[in-house]
Amino acid sequence: MTRRIDNYGKINRDKILSFRWDKKNYKGFEGDTLASALLANNIGIVGRSFKYHRPRGIFSSGVEESGALVTIGSKDRRDPNVRATTQELYNGLEASGQNAFPNVNFDLAGINNYLGRFFAAGFYYKTFMGIPPLEWGKGTAIWMFFEKFIRKAAGMGSASGLPDPDTYEHAHDFCDLIVVGSGPAGVAAAIEAAEKKLDVILVEQDSLIGGNQLAENDFDNSQIKNQLENLGIKIMTRTTAFGLYDNCVVGLLERVTDHISASNVNIPRQRFWTIRAKHIIVGAGAIERHIAFNNNDIPGVMTVNASKHYLNRYGVLTGKRIVIATNNDSVYETAHQLSEAGANVTVLDSRTNFEIETNKSFEIRKGYVPYNINGSKKIDSLDISKSETINKSETINCDQVLLSGGWSPAVHLLSHRGVKPKWDYNNACFLPSDTKENITMVGSSRGLWNKNDCIASGIAGTTDALNRLGISKTNYFFPKPGGWKNPIQPLYEVKYKKSRSKSFVDYQHDVTTDDVRLAHREGFISVEHLKRYTTLGMANDQGKMGNIIGLSLMAELLNKEIPEVGTTVFRPPYTPVSIGALSGRNVGKHFRPLRVTPMHQWNIDHGAKMIEVGLYQRPWYYPKENETLSDSYIREASTVRKTVGICDVTSLGKIAIQGPDSTEFLNRIYSNGFSKLQVGKARYGIMLRDDGIVMDDGTSWRLAENEYFMTTSTGEASKVMSWLEELLQTRWTDLNVNVTSVSEQWAGVSVAGPKSREVLNNCVDDSLVVTNNNLPFMGVTSTFLKGNIPCRIARISFSGELAFEVYVKSDFANTMMDLLWANAKKYDGCLYGLEALGALRVEKGHVTAAELDGRVTIDDAGLSKMASTKKSYIGSAMRKRGVLKNNDREILVGFFPTNLKETFNAGTIVCEKNNIKGQGIGRITSVTYSPELGHWIGLGFVKGGLDKWKDTNLVGADPVRNKQMNLKVVSPHMIDPKGERMYA
Amino acid sequence: MIRINCPYCGERDHSEFSYGGDATINYPSLDASEKEWTEAIFFRKNIKGFQFETWHHSNGCRMWLVVERSTVTHEIKSVKPCHPDLQKVVENNK
Ligand SMILES: [Zn+2]
Repeated sequence: MTRRIDNYGKINRDKILSFRWDKKNYKGFEGDTLASALLANNIGIVGRSFKYHRPRGIFSSGVEESGALVTIGSKDRRDPNVRATTQELYNGLEASGQNAFPNVNFDLAGINNYLGRFFAAGFYYKTFMGIPPLEWGKGTAIWMFFEKFIRKAAGMGSASGLPDPDTYEHAHDFCDLIVVGSGPAGVAAAIEAAEKKLDVILVEQDSLIGGNQLAENDFDNSQIKNQLENLGIKIMTRTTAFGLYDNCVVGLLERVTDHISASNVNIPRQRFWTIRAKHIIVGAGAIERHIAFNNNDIPGVMTVNASKHYLNRYGVLTGKRIVIATNNDSVYETAHQLSEAGANVTVLDSRTNFEIETNKSFEIRKGYVPYNINGSKKIDSLDISKSETINKSETINCDQVLLSGGWSPAVHLLSHRGVKPKWDYNNACFLPSDTKENITMVGSSRGLWNKNDCIASGIAGTTDALNRLGISKTNYFFPKPGGWKNPIQPLYEVKYKKSRSKSFVDYQHDVTTDDVRLAHREGFISVEHLKRYTTLGMANDQGKMGNIIGLSLMAELLNKEIPEVGTTVFRPPYTPVSIGALSGRNVGKHFRPLRVTPMHQWNIDHGAKMIEVGLYQRPWYYPKENETLSDSYIREASTVRKTVGICDVTSLGKIAIQGPDSTEFLNRIYSNGFSKLQVGKARYGIMLRDDGIVMDDGTSWRLAENEYFMTTSTGEASKVMSWLEELLQTRWTDLNVNVTSVSEQWAGVSVAGPKSREVLNNCVDDSLVVTNNNLPFMGVTSTFLKGNIPCRIARISFSGELAFEVYVKSDFANTMMDLLWANAKKYDGCLYGLEALGALRVEKGHVTAAELDGRVTIDDAGLSKMASTKKSYIGSAMRKRGVLKNNDREILVGFFPTNLKETFNAGTIVCEKNNIKGQGIGRITSVTYSPELGHWIGLGFVKGGLDKWKDTNLVGADPVRNKQMNLKVVSPHMIDPKGERMYA
Repeated sequence: MIRINCPYCGERDHSEFSYGGDATINYPSLDASEKEWTEAIFFRKNIKGFQFETWHHSNGCRMWLVVERSTVTHEIKSVKPCHPDLQKVVENNK
């Protein structure tokens, strides 16, 4: 029986909050957590366990909770696996139990409890190996079959599966000192530091500052809060420091709206903080452990400290007839307070020789331990025994069992930095080790059990920080760990040999003491193996309560001491962090930067459908009424071949190369010769990587003796720019060359087709500049468009037609487009997009990123004549190495379907007729319908190239799309192989 | 969460930089043998402790820097420009 009592707690009884639990209405008070409100309403069962579907109650009052995991909210705001113990109550809160059907009180899967042997340690792995005893169905098929059932049976809450309607944000801050935890130690450290003029941030995961003092009857934090604020300390409550990273970086999660009902779209739900401090003080407290014994998970079992919190913070008395089982002094104040509040209390202390002062309001049984709980959905009674030998001595009727098996300092954050804690025999716990990094542990997270020691350690911690920061040189000392009058007596498990029942180590993952023993028998004795095999400590509580018990069991089995067995490493996050907070605002269209060309809007206004190419938005096609993509691109490509088309090519990388050694520089980075390129001419060039593979292709225009304008592919633009900078700054530091990215400064357009010269003629100030004589193929000129717009024009063709690239300053982009388009229309020209551009270049056998994928050599791409034999250049030594000169390399070819009515896709694997398997002999990289040829064509690679397969029927296998077709290999130059049109 | 003290821009987050590679490689001349190039490109020491590596301040001043960083702790001991002439300039301005 749990109930609210008068005159206790710090809740606001004037403010009543309504909430729903499993579809029923209840009431609580402002200041409640969901857990305290459920307890106040005498709700004992709040969940079903992970594997066995055993009824589970509330074990704790904090982040270590491993029983009360619930789902908050509904529909798209459904949030599973929330700890009821840290969820603040708000008006209208909607919560439900998990892992149960139809509900937590009556769960059909409770039968799993009796099928325990199938769910014992390693059950995932064993299912994978076949079902014992016959090992039938060995292998993956049976695993695939069972997996979905097992996952459903052994699961926690489920996510909404809907887009998250909330917003999240990332924030950054800097400070001298960040203090994690607002208990006595943290507060003392923060005050000391602020008084020494440090800029301090104090972080508290709870809604209130105070730490474990919030469980004290007479604790009021308002004075402390005022003092901290007056000292200018930034206090961050509802904020968890979930991880420590390099260079004193703390990752924090601030829960901004999780405690209020109305979701305000103008504020984020959570904020992900990155705080860079010069020093970190961790006063994260300690966590009380439970004790393993038969049925130690029945609802009504709780840690002693939790019960104290519920009484003094929330005004909830968690039992009527309470038995406290302990091995240490920390429980006696609670025992006293619980009995004063009206409970009948018995303390079982496993120790026989100790002295404790009490007012005799409760009974103390020295040398006694619990070994079995009777009851299933609630506690009926507790079997107890003398601690030396476990034999039935007595059964106590009770409705609550409170456990304290000792305390574990929260060393998690330090563990994130790779600092291993050391075992302290006197206090039966792991204590933090020292670190060279600027991190200091204070308070009970360094094993100090009383308040004055905690305060002293906080001040010492700040002194340590000041010394390390070089601000002071003051001697200090930390109080010795411990602080109880009587020593703790290790007690992790009470083994009752006569009856077998489940004795839990890790409540949340249903790991029992037998599971640990089974793992040991099967050879999983290293801690890391034990953890993975049994899943001990791998639930979202990360074994905050159970890890030490698991270690002690393994130590006993191995006949070793706990520190010899080892400790598992804690990794971030300390408590779960939602994916939404990690992604912050980088979702949807904000996932990555968006780049648009200066004529972006112009393109859209003229009917362009856009496509993403890298970060760029580029025109894909310009459909006329009712046209599909393929109608549109076929029309556009045909128009280019027939008359003229205009295409935005601004996304190409553009680099200004200037300085007296520019020519030498280009000659070194391009595989083909650049030393003899005349002023006023452009040249197509290929760059290799150091290892001889093609990096990129593009053109460079010689504008003046010592000035070039380079274009690169869209995708490799930034890589090429960094590469050129690297070469000039690290390798060829004697070259006098300057490279500047001018990609954003110039807007570029391709004017292509037999009528392109006429169109340009009408657009330039001086029509003589674009005549065949004045601007021959690969000629470059700097001139003016009508309206006195300076421009650069090069006669370059990607489409294989007579074509020009025209560049103006980005500000003139729209004017240029208006001018060109008005004139192109006169020749029945068109605007064309990337799809038509692709069709035109595939017809010509021009390679792009689809072909130059980082595996292809210049020879593979059929561009051997672009590799100079008269000079050395980047990659020239390596392009001829070993495997790159094999004769069975895949060489660029064109593909036609044998039956010209058939189609194929990029990604098709090319195979020999009677050998359709594996990677075949080649692949198709780009395909298009060829308006010129009237059927589908492809570009790709085949081992040995055209010469080898010219007259052979091959097969295109496309198993992913369930397609297969006969192919023939043709020259990649599928139309106008001599280039007569370009030179026209 | 490395912070790199760029000699031109000051201390900045590593997200502004791109990692280059081993800064101690002496790349052979372009007409050097395949063997020399193979050594320079493919063979790397796997250092535990401080190593010199190049970083590009790609979202900053675009300078290539030599960073002396511990592969164990990420501690950075020194940062200087890759270009020897610029190293001298930075040194003289200190
Ligand atoms: Zn910089």
